[in-house]
Amino acid sequence: MNTAGINIIDLDTSSVRELNASLHSVAEAPSAWRVLNPHGKHSLAVGLEAAHKVLIEGHAGYYCGGMNKAAEITVRGQCGKGLGENIMSGAIRVEGNAADAAGASGRGGLIVIEGDASSRCGISMKGVDIVVKGSVGHMSGFMAQAGHLVVCGDADDDLGDSIYEADIYVGGEVGALGADCVEKEMTPDHAEILSQLLERAGVDCPAESFRRYGSARKLYNFDVDNADDY
Amino acid sequence: MCGIVGLFLKNPRLENSLGRLLTPMLVEMTERGPDSAGFAIYGPEPPQKRIKVTLSATEAADWESVAADFEQLFETKIEYFVRGGHAVFVLPAAEAAIRQCIAARHPGLHITSIGRHLEIFKQTGLPADVASRFGLDEMIGSHAIGHTRMATESGISAKHSHPFSAVADFSLVHNGSLSNHNGVRDRLRRAGVIFDSDNDTEVAASYIAHRLGLGRSLNDALHDALGALDGFYTFAAGSADGFAVLRDSIAAKPAVLGETADWVAMASEYRALAALPGIEKAHLWEPKPATVYSWSHDRLAQAA
Repeated sequence: MNTAGINIIDLDTSSVRELNASLHSVAEAPSAWRVLNPHGKHSLAVGLEAAHKVLIEGHAGYYCGGMNKAAEITVRGQCGKGLGENIMSGAIRVEGNAADAAGASGRGGLIVIEGDASSRCGISMKGVDIVVKGSVGHMSGFMAQAGHLVVCGDADDDLGDSIYEADIYVGGEVGALGADCVEKEMTPDHAEILSQLLERAGVDCPAESFRRYGSARKLYNFDVDNADDY
Repeated sequence: MCGIVGLFLKNPRLENSLGRLLTPMLVEMTERGPDSAGFAIYGPEPPQKRIKVTLSATEAADWESVAADFEQLFETKIEYFVRGGHAVFVLPAAEAAIRQCIAARHPGLHITSIGRHLEIFKQTGLPADVASRFGLDEMIGSHAIGHTRMATESGISAKHSHPFSAVADFSLVHNGSLSNHNGVRDRLRRAGVIFDSDNDTEVAASYIAHRLGLGRSLNDALHDALGALDGFYTFAAGSADGFAVLRDSIAAKPAVLGETADWVAMASEYRALAALPGIEKAHLWEPKPATVYSWSHDRLAQAA
């Protein structure tokens, strides 16, 4: 269907496979798409190479927008596990909450969650920028390697556990820091990066209240002081 | 992988639709558990001093002769109704005598539940087939939990299916696996607990039942489970009056909760809740790790 240049796919009458096949088949011609009646179905709008604008009108299930390359995906609802997992570039916006492991392994692009994100938000992130307007659950930023995780609200326990690199900015309270995660100085350069991220995300949140966290880099190598144990 | 669902009705007007609302929830979780399914229904109470005993049979059972044995034992007329391969008997509240009678006279039968409210139906097969075999659609009650199973650590049979019950009116479903169930089972056996299977969830149900037997509340017993049970789990538990959800402290097994003025529902995945009436306005959230969430009709009545 095509009304006023917008493609409409109703998941009450089409399968998820048909939706994704349609989005893949016109890779060279970016266009606008509305996805109706998602009812929490998994793997919606995954692996999009074209710069489509996709609006999912309802709740999405697991892995929504996974492996995204160029599309701009908006979810008018909540999202299940693994939102935008392995996102390469492009942008995903969720107007509600996201379940655990949002942005898992993401290499680039931007994920904006206007509600809360659950546990392990940004797990093993490798370059993606994630902005959460609400709070994040436990073990967010677990083993993060590159990119930025911005949390306007609070972060639950074990934030940044086993983090390699990546910068975490939190505006609210932090429950407890994970292993090898430490608070770091907010230099003017970092404050500028944070302001730009908030602006790109369209999130109106004062940048002054944020604190920055990152890796103490003590788990990178075997600590020679432990040699005495043998 | 397994799927679990739970539905607690706050609005009594929905009680006639409990089974009709639970069926699509259970069926939606087929991909998470296609080998067996089961559900615990908290339904109407029998007359005073009577309890409901749900029996399952692996082969065609002669329910009339079971009823005749109970009539001889209790010297009174016994009522029962048959659903699929299960039958629910309304009996005098003499649990030990009932268990002894079943063990001695009908060793092929298995007691799935005992209680004033609880009835448990479970069987191997696709969730849609299991639900239709037992007539889940028509069942009425105040709350229910259900399970779709993809077996990992023990065999595929009705006995290994969920929900499990280990004490009157208590039921448990589980998504995950326990790593220390053999040790906990041994300790409970030494305390006199008898097990029906080698299933890890049966150990969790028996552990919680054992704590309830020591006078702990359901909330406290679930808190105790956090310290005693090692592994991955999302539990949904039912009691005569209420419903509770608990995830382990890592919370790797999924769970989503939804609440409206009329009901509280939980499921492994949101899509199982998508067909509930009023879902578009429900408050939806993911339960935090190592946190007991519970609802009870008593507490609702007090708050009203």
